[in-house]
Amino acid sequence: MEPNKSLVQQIESFVDSSTTPAQQIASVNSIASLLKNDSITMEFLVKEMELYLTTTDPILRARGILLLAEVLGHLQQKPLDRATIHTLVGFFSERLADWRALRGALVGCLALVRRKINAGVIIRSDAKMLAQSFLENLQVQSLGLHDRKLSFELLDGLLDRYPETISALGDHVVYGVCEAIEGEKDPQCLMHVFHVVEGLAQIFPDPSGPVANFAEDFFDIIGRYFPIHYTHSEDVDISRDDLSRALMMAFSASPFFEPFAIPLLLEKLSSNLPLAKIDSLKYLSCCTVKYGPERTAKHAEAIWSSLKATLCNFPRDDISSSASDLSNGMDFEENEITEEALGLLQKVASQQNTSFLNLVLEDKDIISLVKSFTAAGSSVSVSPKSKQELCFVGRLFSVLAKASTSSCNMVFDSLFLRLLENLGVAASTSSKDVLVIESNSPCQKLNSGVLYLCIEILGACRELAVASTELPSSFNFIDDAWCQTLVGCSSSLMKALISDLVPISNEMYREIDISSLKVKGLQILATFPGDTAPVSKSLFENIVTTLISIVTNNFNVTALWKASVNALAEIGTFLNDSSYSEKSLSYMSTAVERMIVLISLDDSTMPYSLLLEALSKISASGYTYLSRIAQELQEVMSAKFTKLYVDGDVKIREELVQLLDCYSKNLWSDLLQGTESVPLRLAIDIWDQSEAAMGSNFCVEGELLDATKMALKLAVAVLSEENQLRIVAKAFEVISSNLSFSPNFVPSKLEKLQTSEDTDGFTSKDEWLISLFASVIIALRPKTQIYNIKAVFESLLMAFLKGHMTSAQALGSIFNKMPLKNENMHDSSYFYLDDALTLVLERSLGSCSDHFLSSSSEMYGSDELCPSVAVCAPPQVHCISGLAWIGKGLLMRGHEKLKDITMVFLRCLVEIEALAENRGWSDREEMCPSLAKSAADAFHVLMGDSEDCLNKTFHATARPLYKQRFFSTVMPILLSDVKKTHSPTVRSMLYRAIGHVICNTPLAAVLSEIKKLLPVLLDVISVLSEDILSKDMIYNLLLVLSGLLMYKGGQDIAVENARIIVNCLTGLVSYPHKMLVRETAIQCLVAVSGLPHTRIYPMRLQVLSALSKVLDDPKRNVRQEAVRCRQAWSSIA
Amino acid sequence: MVSGLINANPTVYEKKERRIRDHPSDPTDEYAVEPIDDLEIFDHIRDIKDPEHPYSLEELKVLTEESVELDDKRGHVRVTFTPTVEHCSMATVIGLCLRVKLMRSLPSRYKVDIRVAPGTHATEAAVNKQLNDKERVAAALENPNLVDMVDECLAPSYA
Repeated sequence: MEPNKSLVQQIESFVDSSTTPAQQIASVNSIASLLKNDSITMEFLVKEMELYLTTTDPILRARGILLLAEVLGHLQQKPLDRATIHTLVGFFSERLADWRALRGALVGCLALVRRKINAGVIIRSDAKMLAQSFLENLQVQSLGLHDRKLSFELLDGLLDRYPETISALGDHVVYGVCEAIEGEKDPQCLMHVFHVVEGLAQIFPDPSGPVANFAEDFFDIIGRYFPIHYTHSEDVDISRDDLSRALMMAFSASPFFEPFAIPLLLEKLSSNLPLAKIDSLKYLSCCTVKYGPERTAKHAEAIWSSLKATLCNFPRDDISSSASDLSNGMDFEENEITEEALGLLQKVASQQNTSFLNLVLEDKDIISLVKSFTAAGSSVSVSPKSKQELCFVGRLFSVLAKASTSSCNMVFDSLFLRLLENLGVAASTSSKDVLVIESNSPCQKLNSGVLYLCIEILGACRELAVASTELPSSFNFIDDAWCQTLVGCSSSLMKALISDLVPISNEMYREIDISSLKVKGLQILATFPGDTAPVSKSLFENIVTTLISIVTNNFNVTALWKASVNALAEIGTFLNDSSYSEKSLSYMSTAVERMIVLISLDDSTMPYSLLLEALSKISASGYTYLSRIAQELQEVMSAKFTKLYVDGDVKIREELVQLLDCYSKNLWSDLLQGTESVPLRLAIDIWDQSEAAMGSNFCVEGELLDATKMALKLAVAVLSEENQLRIVAKAFEVISSNLSFSPNFVPSKLEKLQTSEDTDGFTSKDEWLISLFASVIIALRPKTQIYNIKAVFESLLMAFLKGHMTSAQALGSIFNKMPLKNENMHDSSYFYLDDALTLVLERSLGSCSDHFLSSSSEMYGSDELCPSVAVCAPPQVHCISGLAWIGKGLLMRGHEKLKDITMVFLRCLVEIEALAENRGWSDREEMCPSLAKSAADAFHVLMGDSEDCLNKTFHATARPLYKQRFFSTVMPILLSDVKKTHSPTVRSMLYRAIGHVICNTPLAAVLSEIKKLLPVLLDVISVLSEDILSKDMIYNLLLVLSGLLMYKGGQDIAVENARIIVNCLTGLVSYPHKMLVRETAIQCLVAVSGLPHTRIYPMRLQVLSALSKVLDDPKRNVRQEAVRCRQAWSSIA
Repeated sequence: MVSGLINANPTVYEKKERRIRDHPSDPTDEYAVEPIDDLEIFDHIRDIKDPEHPYSLEELKVLTEESVELDDKRGHVRVTFTPTVEHCSMATVIGLCLRVKLMRSLPSRYKVDIRVAPGTHATEAAVNKQLNDKERVAAALENPNLVDMVDECLAPSYA
């Protein structure tokens, strides 16, 4: 029998201790697969193995049992019948007594316990037998590490799967477990131990059960582990946090641990170790919740006193840092200990009844602290220490008030009212008429400490109220006692906050804290949930009015102004998120409308930029406000444009620029979520205004034109296809009737055009219109079909030929988004991308097009266009830069014609000088370098990311990895050109182009090619470092070099080229034009010092002498790096 | 040779907050010069480790911000340090560390004077003379044991 024979072989190979572990694993696998395929049965296997399972030789027996066990481990999913399982359980549990073959028995039991439910599991009586055998036979603590781990896993599995069976064993099992786990030290075993304890505690919840009886002994064993001190070692993937969490679950598993656990935790809380403190607090939080209120109540006093000690224990160095101003620096020194402590306080406070709160509120220390604050009067100078105490008390009460309604009530009764009295606020005014400010009452100065406490408590109440509104139940916080109190005093409190809000000028600096606090208080009051109570609508309006008046009148008190604007924005956000329609309406009418009125006023006292800042902050708080504000802004914009045409006022011009910038920077991102009406109106408005202005001789240019362009682009980009079409139609209509050059394409005029290719006939009005038009085209979506595309294209092309860059960008966008086959455009069906490109190339390169395109593409019949080679004129510099944008459009979509454009650039770089000589161009000394330079810089445009066009915002089509692809095609060409050329000027321009390509390619792609590139890269850097203007490029190239030095695979290449790298870097450490270059070069040198000693030692003196000069660098950062680097290099001796 | 520490139990002080410069130069100006000042020199030497203890010279108040005097125009630096005990035989080692560190960190145009604060050391004059004698400093740096000791003190601690 075939399986039989191989089976015997496999068994023998496993049992034979001379075979390798891999062979053993293989034999287990093959036996398991035999069983899985039903080639053999379990019974058959056991029979075959009989000899090994029962032999008196302990080594063979151990191997045999282990084999059976491991095979069983592979069969967790394989159904086995009851009798088989029963027999196996009997066998393995019996074997637990066989200490020589224990491993196999443990593995087998574990495999059986973990069997999947649908594949047949151990029945209860068998589980009981197994557990009993375990408890009787195993001395876990005397076993080896791995066996101990298996034992705990077995125990854990049993508790998990058969809790009832185990609980039936009663005392016996608790004893056994205690014995087994005592003194365990291995982290992996401990994870299981803690879990076992947790499980055990859960199956004996009975107060007279075994866990309750042995709680003290039991806790004695696990309590020793607290706090866990364990430094993570590499080979074990258990962190201290895991262990600590497991222990925490064990601690909190049984309420019977309470008499022992809480005193232990409190004791450790008073220790000096921060880690112990944090752990204690975490455990306490967990335990108080699990143990329940009654058990915790016994320890309430102790918990409070420990917490107080923890919270009051201000670390000394914090004093200096928290001595900043009271309004912002008021937040407590946030560290983990205080966080945890406050969390615990809140848990206990919400769990315990009044007695705990009384404990806190009647604490002598707290009372005396509060007294000291109330007694301090209005003195503003607060020592850092008392400031910290103030923070502490503030946080304390805020946490208590937040904890629950009843605790909030108590805080109100015992403290809040007293504080209000101190502030001179009557707790229950019957009069609701808050608008009457009693002028005869002397405005007494408020005590800043008391004010702070009040506002902290108020803020906590607000949070409580907000939380209660989020509950699904109909529970209403308004009926709570604290809320009733607050209703009584809210108006007078507000009065107190409003009075004297604006500091008198000479006391400004001292009063700033109090003012900011007051603003915060007002904000809290205004954002209380509920339409009427506890803060009524009139109160709310009053608050908003006050804040608005600060914003509009007191803009010279910067801190207060900012606080007020932020408060207004917060109030807006709150109202926007909730559904308090009345307050929302009144916010709209009091805040938004009043601000809007100001913007249309021409001579408001408020600076325009501040006004816009305030408006944009408010508009960010909700779409309703935004659309209202944006609408008004547009009206103002139109009005200002109109005014500008009439009198051309400089002030209005500046204001318009600010207005448009505000639109582009602040409003636009919010507009994305809303409807299109606002951007549509803006775009139409701009065109209407432009059209209207055509009659006058007014012109938009410079800063204002840039701002208009940006705003228009962003607005159009947001629109849908139909609306974009509307804008294009409108725009085209305006430009076609107003441009001074004709957009009508007549092929026969071509040559005439070329001859008049100067800026004649390109007025600034043309520039204005065509810029706006190009901006519209740039921002179009790919699906937007331009109907009269040919005419549009023609006008842009003409502007581009006259040197208008925005038009070139627009053409690039068209090329980027143009459909390859425009089937549904019958009226201009011949106008494909290829034709358009041909047209552009011919027109832009003029009579040289044949030369530039001849070998790269055969399809141009250029003879007709350029009959005589002799008259060939050089292409214009701006045409090359413009072609770069068109090339970018093609590159991004991955179009093959990019090749042609790239060839143009390459020829400009390489052959221009020779060409100029041949053709006898007159001014070649000036022109050639600038042409070559613009061709080199074209690579920057091609590869770089632009904010102006062809990006995600303006819906550019981008093929994935287009940069990498271009890099890998163009780089070899550039490199071979560098090799071929002999002229230094050509080489330097090629280097410039290479530099641009490398800078803009993702680092990973460059690094994968770095072996070939490195020498060139270093040459590029050294050539470019003679030019001031390329300092940014040098920095970017240096970053590539530093990427190489940091990159793991790059070390070998760096080692090979260490000499030239060091030469390059020692040159750059004194690069005069950019500090970052020097700093980075020095950092690279530090990295080089980590290379193998033998390679770098010869360069040591060179580096040190270069660095000794850098020690006298004008910049401090560079000097510091130099010292560090010198230390690194001098220590490699 | 005396075994055991000279000052077995020194007082350790807290590090002071680093002083902030009054007139930070404009970071956007590439060519603005930030001159070397006494604070910067102090930054070079504050973290030198004491030869006997794992504390920095600043923590032991061997050096304070006031210990560095700088005359930038004449290229003159004077560092005055205070040994923890009067008979401290480590004073010369500390001085040597200071000298080596400043030699490595300052441009060569500066002349550095190192001295023990007046009245804080038993053999003040001898120590001062030794520390400012070029030949003796050079000779000391020929001694491998001393160089090891100095390098240990200067090793960056990253604390």
